[in-house]
Amino acid sequence: MVASHLPDAVQGPGRVDVVLNVNGATHVVRIEPRVSLLDCLRDHMNLTGAKKGCNQGACGACTVWVDKRRVVACLTLAIACEGREVTTIEGMTENGSLHAMQKAFLSEDAFQCGYCTPGQIMSAVALLAEGHAGSDAEISEWMSGNICRCAAYPNIRTAIRDVRDGVGGVGRATG
Amino acid sequence: MRPVSYSRVTDVATAIATVAADPTSAYLAGGTTKVDMLRIYAEPSQRLVDINDLPIDHIEVQPDGAVRLGGLARMNDVALAPVVVDRFPMLSEALLLGASAQLRNMASMGGNMLQRVRCSYFRDAEAICNKREPGTGCSAIAGVNRGHAVLGTSPHCIATHPSDAAVALVALDAMIHYQNSGGHHAVAIDDFFLLPGDTPEREHPLNHGDLITAIEVPALPAARNSLYLKVRDRESYEFALASAACALTVTDGTVSEVRLALGGVATKPWRARKAEHVLRGAPATRETFTRAAEAELADAVPQTMNAFKIELARRTIVRALETLTARGGAV
Repeated sequence: MVASHLPDAVQGPGRVDVVLNVNGATHVVRIEPRVSLLDCLRDHMNLTGAKKGCNQGACGACTVWVDKRRVVACLTLAIACEGREVTTIEGMTENGSLHAMQKAFLSEDAFQCGYCTPGQIMSAVALLAEGHAGSDAEISEWMSGNICRCAAYPNIRTAIRDVRDGVGGVGRATG
Repeated sequence: MRPVSYSRVTDVATAIATVAADPTSAYLAGGTTKVDMLRIYAEPSQRLVDINDLPIDHIEVQPDGAVRLGGLARMNDVALAPVVVDRFPMLSEALLLGASAQLRNMASMGGNMLQRVRCSYFRDAEAICNKREPGTGCSAIAGVNRGHAVLGTSPHCIATHPSDAAVALVALDAMIHYQNSGGHHAVAIDDFFLLPGDTPEREHPLNHGDLITAIEVPALPAARNSLYLKVRDRESYEFALASAACALTVTDGTVSEVRLALGGVATKPWRARKAEHVLRGAPATRETFTRAAEAELADAVPQTMNAFKIELARRTIVRALETLTARGGAV
């Protein structure tokens, strides 16, 4: 069998220029190919919303979207996101105001320490788009990749239900 | 993390030629195993060839009713495909009960077949491990082995195979299709997964550069009445302690068709042929189901901490069969 195309040039293991589209803006960073999307966002782009919890795909604190699908940024290589569309919690505001899910997390007290919250919100918004928020059991199952050590789970589910049902702002924190 | 170099390919032939030409290279698909292994120093530095743009992610129904799952089809996409939900519920359930929503968006079906074991000694680059460094010994046999296997073990390795999806695919007699510079090849999935024996470092028959292009699931009408029952330490996002993929048809009170495979208890996705033999043609009763489960587990070898898995697997089998019988396995 003869290869029909030449592969792209090999990059690395030293630093190379990587062009990334994050939250609609183009960034050029000079990084090694081994750098994860999470480290790239936090250490090279000053986008520290996505958090490093376990760094092994077990906690979900680093959840972001690549081409509108939620993924864990710690197991994604930044260089593999060239040509793709990355969305982080910093990209969730709409015209300078918080996303409805962010407002619901505030009004429902859906966190304590807040460390997992950016990942929770990125998963929660994706969850609604996926259509997996029908029942509390379904929400729990499809949110299980986002661990909350403060165990704010009941309030997180309430916040998700609020946005699903369009009843934001009725939570205990504002009530 | 180990340093890596990186290139991206857009067609299968180039991908194969690129990896085959360089012994230090490896395919990068979803990365959920590969990046993790490189980060924990359990694999050496590599040249990663990113295959995520290859056009092998389709889910297609074949003229004979088989369903062909592209090697790069993602776990979530396969699990939610109407044809899989409808015809092979056990496969859909096995996929959805594995990992998390985020990981299932990333992980490919081919990568799922090639995922590495979760044995903590295998993943600890400082520990002795025959699978990682052949001939050095097995730390798990005298170590913390609660999660390890009771079937298919050897004195050299007792690591449990971690995949749920592969358990359903073994029950369904799927075929693994792969490609290399010599052309297209296929292997029955039960022959794809190797027992550890004296060579636990060898988990499958693929050679360097071989690329899984598709997994073909043959038509099986009985699979419409099937399930994947997974028992674990927490309700979601956890590996199985014991699991059963089962399809069942009961005709006039007798088992006329059955497929059964076990996960969480064996060194490979475990087709329960002894249990199937007991079940076929026997009355669909708890007595039969218990006898079948006992036949399958008769050769189980417990380690210091995992004897409970033998009873757990028996009960999982019986519950799966009873659930399917009650659900409409009777025709």
